[in-house]
Amino acid sequence: MVNLIVIFMAIVLVNNFVLSQFLGICSFLGVSNKMSSSVGMGGAVVFVMVIAELVTWPVMQILNRFDLAYLQTVVFILVIAALVQFVEMFMKRYLPALQKALGIFLPLITTNCAILGATINAISYGYSYLQSVVYAFGAGVGYMVAMVLFAGIREEKLNNMDGIPAPFQGVGIILVAASIMALSFMGFTGMFQ
Amino acid sequence: MNGIMTPVLLVAVIGLICAALLVFASKVFHVAVDERVTQVREALPGANCGGCGFAGCDAYAAALVEDEDLPLTKCSPGGAGTASAIAEILGRAAGDAEPEVAQVMCNGVCDARRTVLDWQGMSSCKGAKGWFSSPNACMYGCMGLGDCADACQFDAIGIVDGIAKVNRENCVACGACVGACPQKIIKLVPVKAQVHVLCSSTDKGAVAKKNCDNACIGCTKCTTVCNFGAITVEDNLARIDVAKCKSCGLCAVVCPTGAINSFKKLPPKAAAEKAAAAKKAAAAKAKEKAEAKA
Repeated sequence: MVNLIVIFMAIVLVNNFVLSQFLGICSFLGVSNKMSSSVGMGGAVVFVMVIAELVTWPVMQILNRFDLAYLQTVVFILVIAALVQFVEMFMKRYLPALQKALGIFLPLITTNCAILGATINAISYGYSYLQSVVYAFGAGVGYMVAMVLFAGIREEKLNNMDGIPAPFQGVGIILVAASIMALSFMGFTGMFQ
Repeated sequence: MNGIMTPVLLVAVIGLICAALLVFASKVFHVAVDERVTQVREALPGANCGGCGFAGCDAYAAALVEDEDLPLTKCSPGGAGTASAIAEILGRAAGDAEPEVAQVMCNGVCDARRTVLDWQGMSSCKGAKGWFSSPNACMYGCMGLGDCADACQFDAIGIVDGIAKVNRENCVACGACVGACPQKIIKLVPVKAQVHVLCSSTDKGAVAKKNCDNACIGCTKCTTVCNFGAITVEDNLARIDVAKCKSCGLCAVVCPTGAINSFKKLPPKAAAEKAAAAKKAAAAKAKEKAEAKA
C-alpha cells in the first residue's frame, strides 16, 4: 500500500509528466487558456490513461510471451486508438452528458504522447498490473494538476498582453511562464524515494 | 519464415479484434441521428471553409437543424442554390442572401508605389509586418507577399503586379483572406457594387500621394460629383456607402489619382461625356452657391 502511494505521489509531483518529463506539452499549451476547458481536458486524460493502462499491460504480456517486445509502440498505438473510439461510442449511447463535456478532447488525446508515454513507462519500470494502473492514474492527475495551475496563471495574468514587452507577447511569455512553473516543481525532487 | 510470420500474424490478429470490437460497438451503441442533419450536410458543398462562422459543414448542418432561427444563407460557396435546397429539407423560407465577393482595397501596383526597403525576408505579410510596418512607403497598403493567396482554398486570389488581386469568378466570399490579411484591407463587398475606393491610406493627401501614385488624397471631388450622396471623406480617405451607391462610375471618372476604380468599363467617349457633364454640374453647383451667398 505504501508502495502504491509513493508511486502515485512521485508521478504527480516529482516526475510530473508535463513539467519534468515534457510529455503532452502541445495540449498543455493549447488548452490551458481557459480554466473550464483545462479541467475537461485533464479529466479526459486521467480517464484515457487509466483505461489505456488497463488494456496495454495484458497486451504487453502477450507480446513478451512471443518475444516481440519491439512491437510495443505500434501495437499500443493501435490498441489505444481503437479503445478510445470504442469508449466514445459507448459514452455517446449511455453517457451523452459526459461525452459532450469531454467533447473534442477525447479523440484528440488518442494520439497524445503523454498517453503512450504513461503506458510504455509503466512497463519499462517493471510495475505489476495494479502498480501500473496506479502509475497511469497518477500521471493523469499530475497532468491535470499542472494544467489547472497553469490555466489559473494564464487567466489571472496572461489573458491580456498589456504591459508585456512586445517581443514576448503571445506564445513567448506563455513558454516563459511554463518554464518558471517547471522550475518551481523541481523543488519536489527527492521527496519520495 | 517463422521469424516474420509471428509478428505479422499477431499484429493482424490484434487489429482484427479491435476492428471487430468497433464494428460491434457501432451496431450496438448506434445513436439515431436526426435524418435532416445528414440531408442538410449533403446539400452543403463540403468545402469546410468556415465562412459560415462554424467549424465546418458538419457543425453548420447540426446547428441549422437545432436552431430554427439560424439564417440558411450563411454558406457563401453554396450560394442561393444551397440555401433553397436546405430550405426545402427544413421546410423554411430561404431568405435572400446578397452574393458577395472579396475585394482588395489597394491599387498600389509596382509602378505606382514607392518602396522603402528591399524585403528579402520570408514571403509572408504577417512576418514582414512583425519587423516593419511594411516594405512599402505606404504602411496601409498591400505588401504583396501573399498571405491571402495561401489562405484561399479556391484559388481565387493571387499576387498580380505586386498586389493581391481577386479572381471574381472563383471567389466564394468565404472570408479566409479577410482574416489572413494583416493590413485588414480585404473586404467582402456585394457583387453588384462595381465601384470601390481602392486605397486604404488615411495619411494626409500630400503624404499619401508621395508614397503612392494611386492613393486617395481626400480631395472630395468624388463627394461633390456623386448624385446619391454615397461618398464621404473621413480621415483623408473616401468611403463609398454600398447601400447608396448606384455604381454609375462618375466618381471613378473625376478621381484625379485613379484611386476609385470602376469594374464597369465605360467606353472612352461615354466617359468623356460623363466627365464633361460632371464638370458642368459642379460648375452649376458652385454658381448656385455663389448666387446664394450674394
